[in-house]
Amino acid sequence: MKSKWYEKSGEQGDVIISTRIRLARNLAEYPFPCKLDVAKRKEIAQKVKLAVENSNSYIAHEFDYIDMGKISDIQASSLVERHLISPNFTIDRQGKALLLTKDESISIMINEEDHLRIQVMTEGLNLQQAYDTADQIDTLLDNTLHFAFDKKLGYLTQCPTNLGTGMRASAMLHLPALQGIKAVERLEDNLSKIGLTLRGTFGEGTQARAGLYQLSNQVTLGLSEQTAIDNLKNVAMQIVSQEHSARQSLLENVEADDYISRSLGTLKYAKILSSDECINLLSAVRLGVAQGLIKDISLDTINGLMVDMQPSTLMESQSEELSPQQRDILRGKTVKEKLQ
Amino acid sequence: MICNVCKKNEATTHYKSVVNGQVTELWLCPHCANKAGYNNVFSDMATDFSSFLGSFLGNGLPSRTSATRCSKCGSSFADIARSGKVGCAECYKEFYDELLPSIQKMHGNIEHMGKVASLGSPQDKVKSQINKYHSQLAQAVAKQDYETAAKLRDKIKALEEGHINEK
Repeated sequence: MKSKWYEKSGEQGDVIISTRIRLARNLAEYPFPCKLDVAKRKEIAQKVKLAVENSNSYIAHEFDYIDMGKISDIQASSLVERHLISPNFTIDRQGKALLLTKDESISIMINEEDHLRIQVMTEGLNLQQAYDTADQIDTLLDNTLHFAFDKKLGYLTQCPTNLGTGMRASAMLHLPALQGIKAVERLEDNLSKIGLTLRGTFGEGTQARAGLYQLSNQVTLGLSEQTAIDNLKNVAMQIVSQEHSARQSLLENVEADDYISRSLGTLKYAKILSSDECINLLSAVRLGVAQGLIKDISLDTINGLMVDMQPSTLMESQSEELSPQQRDILRGKTVKEKLQ
Repeated sequence: MICNVCKKNEATTHYKSVVNGQVTELWLCPHCANKAGYNNVFSDMATDFSSFLGSFLGNGLPSRTSATRCSKCGSSFADIARSGKVGCAECYKEFYDELLPSIQKMHGNIEHMGKVASLGSPQDKVKSQINKYHSQLAQAVAKQDYETAAKLRDKIKALEEGHINEK
């Protein structure tokens, strides 16, 4: 099986887990998705699928086509857990579709808030590479689909917050130390003044879990893609260095070291692990690995577990449905095996 | 303080929002506040985009908009203000003047910079390409990669000359 992009760690990988670029695009000839019935949505999905298959490029054979109306609820929520689709995309799934590469690094949501949401993910901090890939796919598809565009407003989107480049660039950050000293809230306020946001991992309306945050640009009109990426990278690097110094002072404290070691002990020996307990323990162990306190476990292993041990993704690997307790037992067993 | 909407009654409600550092303030009398739906739901104004957009769009609307509908998708401006969702690409032309103030508040800008789509004009595509080369040039110079920088400079020059000739 081809390995997934999130099972690797990349540049600035001790703090930055992953980078994502998302482009919002619409076909000029159709109304936006809020005005479409299921038949029209299906027509668009078909057009996009054909545009990819007939693009005469490397992307033609890379994608699997997933009809969202035909998959189970567990499969759908596993896709959310892996950040391949938005929570919104799992509601009212008829006429929605997903194009997904084998390594899950590129996904195209069809008929989400916009006709197309082209999304590219990479490990670590790698905005430029992610953007270049998204840009290539966008150009290829635009040749046949002709995206709605206005000289002044740029790419036209259903929600005016995405006008202009239609690009949302984001980095997923692991900030256990800054969260620990309650510095994240102050950071959030300051970032909003420069057109960036920092929020809990699963985007809008969710609480931060296990020190996981998403930093992204808010302004899309009047800034070029390159400027937006440079700004984001700049700020991400500043946060990384703040997190580094917070980690250093945190770890001078023997209690923090103790907590990390105990977390590893629990993960290695527990028989029953709930999803919340697991992600919080993994967060502590991740900090230990990143700071060199734990040497025989890699960041790659922890990154993989953080994704795979979520409820729906865990269940997707099983042929039958599991009760919550069976799930927690399976989680305990899997984590133990991975950490041996 | 007099109500910003009816300009008659004494304002009792103060609504303030800060988005991307852009401060918007409204003073409303009880009647206008009720009409606009500002009873006591201010706490989540900023996160609930549809009511946020509606709150800006709902004030001082030119009267024609209530009857005008988009020729392509049938949306009225009231529909857009209520849902926070624009119906189709054509709506942006139809309701450009009404949408512009809230777009400005969201982004702080009203002129697109960056990539130009296949439907954009050839001149704009050239301009966008030139901008892209310029930022790559700056990066190449920063890295002291003068070979790449020289190539980029030539590309920019060629595009600029072609651009002028077209005019």
